Amino acid sequence: MTTLPPRLPLTSGAPGSVRRPPRRRGGTPLVVAGGTLVAGVVLMALVSLVWTPQDPTATDAVNRLAAPSAQHWLGTDGLGRDIASMVLAGSRVPLLVGLGTVAVGFTIGLPIGIVAAMTDRGAGMWLMRGNDILQAFPALLLAIVLAAVFGPSTLTAVIALGLGLAPGVARVVRSGTLQVLSREYSLAARAAGRGPVYLAVRHVLPNIRGILIVQASVGFAIAILAEAALSFLGLGTPPPTASWGRMLQDGQSVLQIAPLTVLWPGAAVAVAVLGFNLLGDGLRDRFDPRMEVTR
Amino acid sequence: MLLNVLRRVGVFAVTVFVASLVVFFLLGVLPGDPARAQLGLQASEEQVQALREQLGVDRPLPVRYLEWIMGFFTGDMGVSYATRSPVAPQVLDALQVTLLLVLGGIGVAILIALPLGILAAVRHQRPDGTIFSGLSQLGISIPNFLAGLLLIAIFSVALGWLPSGGWQPPIAGVDFLRHIALPALALGLVNGAILARYTRAAVLEVMREDFMRTARAKGLKPASALVRHGLRNALVPVLTVTSIEFANLIIGAVVIETVFVVPGLGSTLIRAVANRDLIMIQSIVMCVVVLVLLVNLLVDLLRPVIDPRLRMPS
Repeated sequence: MTTLPPRLPLTSGAPGSVRRPPRRRGGTPLVVAGGTLVAGVVLMALVSLVWTPQDPTATDAVNRLAAPSAQHWLGTDGLGRDIASMVLAGSRVPLLVGLGTVAVGFTIGLPIGIVAAMTDRGAGMWLMRGNDILQAFPALLLAIVLAAVFGPSTLTAVIALGLGLAPGVARVVRSGTLQVLSREYSLAARAAGRGPVYLAVRHVLPNIRGILIVQASVGFAIAILAEAALSFLGLGTPPPTASWGRMLQDGQSVLQIAPLTVLWPGAAVAVAVLGFNLLGDGLRDRFDPRMEVTR
Repeated sequence: MLLNVLRRVGVFAVTVFVASLVVFFLLGVLPGDPARAQLGLQASEEQVQALREQLGVDRPLPVRYLEWIMGFFTGDMGVSYATRSPVAPQVLDALQVTLLLVLGGIGVAILIALPLGILAAVRHQRPDGTIFSGLSQLGISIPNFLAGLLLIAIFSVALGWLPSGGWQPPIAGVDFLRHIALPALALGLVNGAILARYTRAAVLEVMREDFMRTARAKGLKPASALVRHGLRNALVPVLTVTSIEFANLIIGAVVIETVFVVPGLGSTLIRAVANRDLIMIQSIVMCVVVLVLLVNLLVDLLRPVIDPRLRMPS
């Protein structure tokens, strides 16, 4: 009786064997780094709900543009407001705008993408043409126009940025849905007489959740940048609510004598955006390892 | 080929038409009365009505749309509600400034992105590749207006080398370059970081292609193979991203113009929004949308010129 040689593990690198990438269970360094930064910003927002070192809206004419001290950790701005408290309180608006933007963008983009993929040659084609037209309106431009029509507010910014995000979401969802619909299990479900709603809920959504999470993370980063820009232009969150963008606008007028007043809110915006970008990149690697090679 | 060009131009025309409807009717629902806003609460109803007639805001929306869109493409964009002067010369002057700024920004972005992206792709397995990735991530995360403020703090306030704002026309020569340097740098730095990442990805993708292996096998050195065969192929996705970035730069310029007090489309738009100057807002927004669509069309038409594989009928 002959004995068969023991089977080598697939990762041994033996001739003829296929080297499989190890399955990732924990987070990649990018997910960990991005997640940590995002968690930091979320923590700031949560802490600011119950505590800030000073009242972020209280002005102090005597202590204008004060240097960092025990009383004012990061100094004060041109109106004598405590910068540390404003940076802490200012973290709420970007997160709120990010959440709202992603919610609006997905509420519009997700159904458009799925319906466009499922009715690819008929209504789907027209839906995507409409999507292309919406894409010709850059999100920030739309936000400026809506601010002109309805007046500047956080809600206006959320709706405009969400509308700006939707075409991108629709495009990505359509492409993901088309892939899922070409798989055997989708064809089998169709052959078994399952309807489009069943297909969308049972097969499409679970299989495109990866790209949805990545898109949400990228959408957050875009929304935070755009909200800061809108507030900087005076078309975002109106005073007295603290906002990093408006802190930067206020800081510009005293840039020559107190450049640090723009540094802190600027760093806060950059850290928040960096966090969501890294998280998006890391998650993209995780859900689509092919991307890692080219990144 | 000709059919493809005609099809794309047709799609462009339809998109411009629908976009113009969206712009006009979105702003047509603007609450408030521009005539009352200009004359104030003290003015009599007769005076307000007279101004309404003069501005043409008393007529039905479809009539106003037709007049506006035909005027827009024939160079008569109407009269500003705020300044009572013709809109077209103001928009065209501002457009020139914005285009110069955007071209400067895209020049800076390409100057940063191409060498860095190619270098990072060629050296992607070395530690400096990781440093590059980190730097470009940081670049993407910084808002362009923050980059502008930091550049002012360094080059205008601390070093005193360049002006912190204002604008000079190209005819001013060196003064023009001194004034455009910081805004173009602020625009280009952030977009350069984005473009560099795409360039790196595109070059890496091309370096794995069979024709690159063939080029090496026939004796070409890595650098020659990349220059003679790789870059042309990597240029197609880079060109597409550049067109998307061009649209982003136009929008980025809106904010940058405010930072550097540049009299372009962006600062004119923000002023028009503050004055609720509807006709000015409409014309500027339409101008930006047409510009974005036009760039997309040009890139669509240019891609088959660069990559012959795209000339195949789809």
